[in-house]
Amino acid sequence: MSADITARIREDIFAAERAGVFRAVGRALPRIDARAHVSGSTRYYADRSFPGLLHVVMARSERHHALIGGIDLSAAEAVKGVVRILTHKDVPNNWYTILKLIGMGPDEEPVLAEDRVLYRGEPVAAVLAETADAAREAAGKVRIAYEDLPAVLDIEAAMLTDASAIKPHGSNLFIYDGRDHFHVHCGDTEAAFCEVEHILEHSYQSSPIEHAPVETTGAIAVPEPNGRYSIHSNTQAAFFTLDNAALILGVPFRHLRVIGGTVGGGFGGKVDVIVEPIAVLGAMRTGRPVKYAFSREEEMQVSSPRAAERIRIKDGVMADGRIIARDVRILVDAGAYSRHSPYGTIKAAAHMPGPYTVPNVTINAWCVYTNRTPSSAMRGFGVTIGDFAVEVQMDRIARLLGRDPFELRLQNAYRDGEMKPHRKKVEGAALVEVVQAAAERIGHSLPPEYRAMSSSRKG
Amino acid sequence: MRSSFVSFTLNGEEKELLIAPGQRLVDVLREQCGAMGTRNGCGQGGCGACTVHVDAVPMLSCLVLAELAEGCDILTIEGAARDRTLHALQEAFVAEAATQCGFCTAGMIMAAKALLDRDPAPQREAVVEALSGNVCRCTGYEPIIAAVLAAAAMLARLPAAAA
Amino acid sequence: MTRLRGRGISAVNYPTGMNLGGDPSQALIHATTTGNFVVTLSSVDLGQGLRTIMTQIAAEVLGVPPESVIIDTADTDTGPHCMGTFASRATHRIGNAIIMAATEARNALLDVAGEELEVAAADLETDGDGRIAVKGVPGKSISVLDAALAAHFKYGRTISGRGIYLKPRSYPDFETGAMDPDSCQAHACTIAEVEVDTETGEVRVLKLTSAYEIGRALNPMMVEQQIVGGSWMGMSHALYETTEPYYPDRAHGPVDFAEYLMPGPADIPQYDAVILERPSASGPFGAKGIGEMTANSPIPAIANAIFDACGVRIDELPITPEKLLRALDAAAVAPRR
Repeated sequence: MSADITARIREDIFAAERAGVFRAVGRALPRIDARAHVSGSTRYYADRSFPGLLHVVMARSERHHALIGGIDLSAAEAVKGVVRILTHKDVPNNWYTILKLIGMGPDEEPVLAEDRVLYRGEPVAAVLAETADAAREAAGKVRIAYEDLPAVLDIEAAMLTDASAIKPHGSNLFIYDGRDHFHVHCGDTEAAFCEVEHILEHSYQSSPIEHAPVETTGAIAVPEPNGRYSIHSNTQAAFFTLDNAALILGVPFRHLRVIGGTVGGGFGGKVDVIVEPIAVLGAMRTGRPVKYAFSREEEMQVSSPRAAERIRIKDGVMADGRIIARDVRILVDAGAYSRHSPYGTIKAAAHMPGPYTVPNVTINAWCVYTNRTPSSAMRGFGVTIGDFAVEVQMDRIARLLGRDPFELRLQNAYRDGEMKPHRKKVEGAALVEVVQAAAERIGHSLPPEYRAMSSSRKG
Repeated sequence: MRSSFVSFTLNGEEKELLIAPGQRLVDVLREQCGAMGTRNGCGQGGCGACTVHVDAVPMLSCLVLAELAEGCDILTIEGAARDRTLHALQEAFVAEAATQCGFCTAGMIMAAKALLDRDPAPQREAVVEALSGNVCRCTGYEPIIAAVLAAAAMLARLPAAAA
Repeated sequence: MTRLRGRGISAVNYPTGMNLGGDPSQALIHATTTGNFVVTLSSVDLGQGLRTIMTQIAAEVLGVPPESVIIDTADTDTGPHCMGTFASRATHRIGNAIIMAATEARNALLDVAGEELEVAAADLETDGDGRIAVKGVPGKSISVLDAALAAHFKYGRTISGRGIYLKPRSYPDFETGAMDPDSCQAHACTIAEVEVDTETGEVRVLKLTSAYEIGRALNPMMVEQQIVGGSWMGMSHALYETTEPYYPDRAHGPVDFAEYLMPGPADIPQYDAVILERPSASGPFGAKGIGEMTANSPIPAIANAIFDACGVRIDELPITPEKLLRALDAAAVAPRR
């Protein structure tokens, strides 16, 4: 495979900029882990044996939104093989706030639910047992008394002023520096809409998407003779895991050691620190190694998905194809807790108006809480759904004007030296060139003036 | 129900193990035999990562009760190579870049090996069919299909004894 | 049964690095008496091939063969800090940290080699094959192994280096949205060719052709892996996947691979791609992140191709047969060709 791929590099484009003589870089070197993968000898976190290993299965909320009247553990504790059941009372600092060490908050997500649950699947009680089967059986026997509260599931409904607020601050919107949304603008969008030939306004919607790595999220915590705990984990971020677990458990950072680095697929699903604090807590309370791994069902329904987004784009277009105004409204469904979604919402706003230069832009992005599984990081989040919206919108504009879709994109493409709405100057642009190269690859001929365009000068 | 002794052959080696009732073959292979190359991806028979051969038939070891393996000949990824020489499929998976995170790879190779063992020169459609129970989230499948076809071509060039 | 064909395009950019920055990564490198170099990290290989890319970057800077580079990761007791593998940041951040560490280690190596050869270190060059020679005098040389042995046993010196890369955090202006969110941008254009069965609502993606601009293809084979695998995931997002099929209704959530739909080996399109390189000023050898973006451009390209084929727009992902059939019914669209 390697030989023909190297030939696919278009050495003729940006030839002067890409010049250089390399020996190791640029080679289609076979992956250094490939032989271990094909022989089955790669060791993932779960491929180590620990005598006396206990298994965690979580008892979870069956309601979208409810107060917890009480938790009855008696039937669960009676299951043969159950060693211990942990609830929020066992968690020293019962807050999960992933970016706490760099000052991002607020504290709002309990590690284990306290007096209420905000989504179906929220963890309530962690059963530790000698076998996974016993833990599963006992988790099914944890009795949680609920008092149902109104559930907010639709993001637009959640934004209404009379919506029932699921958050203590009294609304369902994440607060950015005192504001209920994140805002970017340049130029004067409203004035520009008065000057254009065409206004197109359309809404786009996605649903939550699961990472579906073949290896589910998991960790094994092992008490060491020196009083420390080793965490064998498939985390995507070893120090996120160490920091967050230590903060939650109220132990000095030096008490924990994370060992990982080999992961059976991540795609963003293993950035959050969900299983490790519980596994270590279990190891601390029992003195035994503890494994907490998501079942496939948990991976599908409880682990954080890619957020559903609703994006409305209103474009002002001139008869010649120039887009001179773009107003974008982005709603990101954070689910019950914020995790990485407030970050993803800013990233979504920073990405607009896509790879085009539009002189008048308004972007308003809301990160909205609902009573569903918290969304978080996933491959390209903040951008993937925005690209869908922008690029379908571009297709609509091309058809409205009867324009070639390659040419319309080239005409509006951003180039070096132009200004993004967030006031960063474009450098190293190459949209023009990829559009030209893709057209050429499928034998779509472009007029000479479009073939002559370049990202480094206005053509 | 009490534990019982079960005997089977694993990669050519005789095994006699004490098995608890209801234990799955995947867990016995991994935990009691140390055959960690057989991956546990879903436990539902949905991903194929735990595919092994039981009497030359590819099976999802998460759905096989270990006690039913009595007297069977079991082959896992650890037995795919001979005398530390990789099987043609393993070589082809490396050459065709058919592995990324590697978690599905053992199951893919075992599913593909069952095909090549009975049909040494399969058409693309037969390869697709043979892999249709195995999930890969990284590669987009095309390199895996290419690797199986390349392995078949490699085997066709070898003397029969080496295959 | 009517099968209609259509073609759609999309063009996208994608930011490299954690949004707004503030995400450091480090690398430590040292040579042992064996002449091999250990690169110590706490970074995670998700399967995208981090270990291989970091081997190539270290080998390039050190001027040694990739086979003599050993990647040791990820153990928080021994590895220096890394923010993590996400946001298409690993190649950029960790790659830059390795360049810094390897430069320091290389200088230490050349100092020792210079003393052994009795020339100034600045007059030396590496051949990338394990030897250090005086520039223009290929006969006057020393092996990396002998230099490492001399460093340890004759001079009592370390051949090692420390590296870190940080893009300082940008704090957005909440009035205007002014900010510096990224380190560089990669680019892609994808053309999808599809066939829509108007009787079943099923969409078959026939071919995905893309042009990617990624700064520098540090390993073209692994770039291809990302493009092919990402194209498949994009197609899967466009047509199949969701944990909530009737969002925002919470019912009918899939719990296994039988219910969570993704295209299998029988459903894949032909993949084709070309790669462009416009090196980024900040990237290691100009490289930008490609890990995430490959799933993005296929989605709108497929949506646009579906419209081209059957004249119906589905603006809600995923574009399932059910949604397509309902839309075709609602529009009572006569096949256009």
